[in-house]
Amino acid sequence: MSTTAPLLPNGFVVIVKHECATCQMVEPVLAAIAASGAPLAVYTQDNPDFPESVPHTHDSTLAVSWHYDIETVPTLLVIENGVEVDRTFGWSQAEWQRITGIDALGADLPVTRPGCGSMSVDPDRVDVLRAAFTDSPVISRHIEFSSAEDEFEAMYARGWTDGLPVIPPTRERVLRMLTGTMRHPQDIVAIAPPDLVELTVEKIAINAVMAGCLPEYMPWVIAALEAVCNDQFNMHGVLATTMPVGPVIICNGPGTRAIGMNSGINAFGQGNRANNTIGRAVQLTIRNVGGGRPGEVDRATHGNPGKISFCFAEDEENSPFSSLATERGVPLGENAVTVFAGEGPRCVVDQLARTPEELTESLAACLLTVHHPKLVIGFDAILTLSPDHGRVYAEAGWSREKLLAEITERTLRPGTDLVRGARGMAEGVPPHLRDSTLPKFRSGGLLLTYAGGGAGLFSSIVAGWANGAIGSDPVTRIVGS
Amino acid sequence: MATGLTILDPTSESNPSTRQLLARPADIKGHTIALLDISKPRGNVFLDRLEELLTERGAKVKRFAKPTFTKPAPVDLRHEIATQCTLVIEALAD
Repeated sequence: MSTTAPLLPNGFVVIVKHECATCQMVEPVLAAIAASGAPLAVYTQDNPDFPESVPHTHDSTLAVSWHYDIETVPTLLVIENGVEVDRTFGWSQAEWQRITGIDALGADLPVTRPGCGSMSVDPDRVDVLRAAFTDSPVISRHIEFSSAEDEFEAMYARGWTDGLPVIPPTRERVLRMLTGTMRHPQDIVAIAPPDLVELTVEKIAINAVMAGCLPEYMPWVIAALEAVCNDQFNMHGVLATTMPVGPVIICNGPGTRAIGMNSGINAFGQGNRANNTIGRAVQLTIRNVGGGRPGEVDRATHGNPGKISFCFAEDEENSPFSSLATERGVPLGENAVTVFAGEGPRCVVDQLARTPEELTESLAACLLTVHHPKLVIGFDAILTLSPDHGRVYAEAGWSREKLLAEITERTLRPGTDLVRGARGMAEGVPPHLRDSTLPKFRSGGLLLTYAGGGAGLFSSIVAGWANGAIGSDPVTRIVGS
Repeated sequence: MATGLTILDPTSESNPSTRQLLARPADIKGHTIALLDISKPRGNVFLDRLEELLTERGAKVKRFAKPTFTKPAPVDLRHEIATQCTLVIEALAD
């Protein structure tokens, strides 16, 4: 089908469909316009025999309707020299009379009546029409399955999935996904590791379709990929390491609510489309475009189920603290993602603490065990407070800074406890640190977040990977459009 | 055969070039061998011993190290090795 707009004849052009009661109502009006001798062309969307009283053309492909942005039928257009100069839609006696210059036009009809939806904006048709009529710069190779192939099995067999079924990325679905971003399909978002290939918006959209994303998630997926594909986050190393880490994506800003992300009950878990598919799209993109596959560059000893997707939003509305994004320099009201190379979450149970001091002792004791009780400074962690634990600090008036300072103080350990061999454990810090007092976390190495919901006197810890220049630093990126 | 669904390729569509392995050298005598330490703990233990063994057999050994094991070797380091050495052994870890 042509991707250029069909030329319309000069004069009046009306687009109708038989199924629409308003269109049926205006049939005598169309006849009256034709009888006046004015040039009239009628395009009908559904029934090729309608309207019987005037000559008409069947817009069977909906090309006219699509290219002239018809959202409502009937629509009356005025075409001069092939260009639209006026339009009205639905039935408005005054408007139709003004445009046609026929004073008594439709005088026996109601003054106004709304029209019906054009078939060209029917949600069941719009993707196919977009694919047919859009001259889109989507350039990926087309892969045709044979009719004997089950496309879900075929995509798995080609190594394109994370082991779960993926949505087949048809051109229609990919073009719909691309409506979620203002960016050009061929814009290069990042250089994707490990193969170091140019990652385009189009390739992201294809993988986002496969992951099950909605178009409105695209800016978040793009931002998360920008955040992981750089030397600071070091996605190559996160893949290649034998440790069980993957990108944990923390989303902030009003957009998290607009796209329906879960920051409440079961925020880390299953059941929310945005949480689960944004993270999955990032991982599928790294797998399919970057070439990072388990057993190849991905050498994780155990891995963790969060490597399928681990993405959640902070509950900023109920948090007693400023958000993680704000803490990391993002202006209030902006949307942002922060990526962290992390393992799966573990639960901190303290159902008895009623003072912030008691609760902080528990949190500190559990945080000290991150990766190994005798390893310090080299690993960051995310601490996620639940509403029930957060309330203890809110009621006591503790700020984010106060809480982090108190945790730091309670996680200092003498080198004698930590050196290799101490407490019967070979693992530990080098012997020259015996006389030092060491913090569990480097400065800024504990990321405080707030999520989860309903009841539960629990918090959650996500331990990180080797931090800093030798490993990965958390990266925050503003979500664009 | 009748065709089924058509989809867009989710991969980078790049074909990795396959390269022929070089012939195994008949003798290491006279070769300059790079020993690349990826900077994981105790990689040096392995490389120290290799250096002894290779030197005994008449090879010249040059030692190199990646800044961190978590990232690919920098381009300059790879270039340095390629221009100064004829063979390379990379030590993994732990």
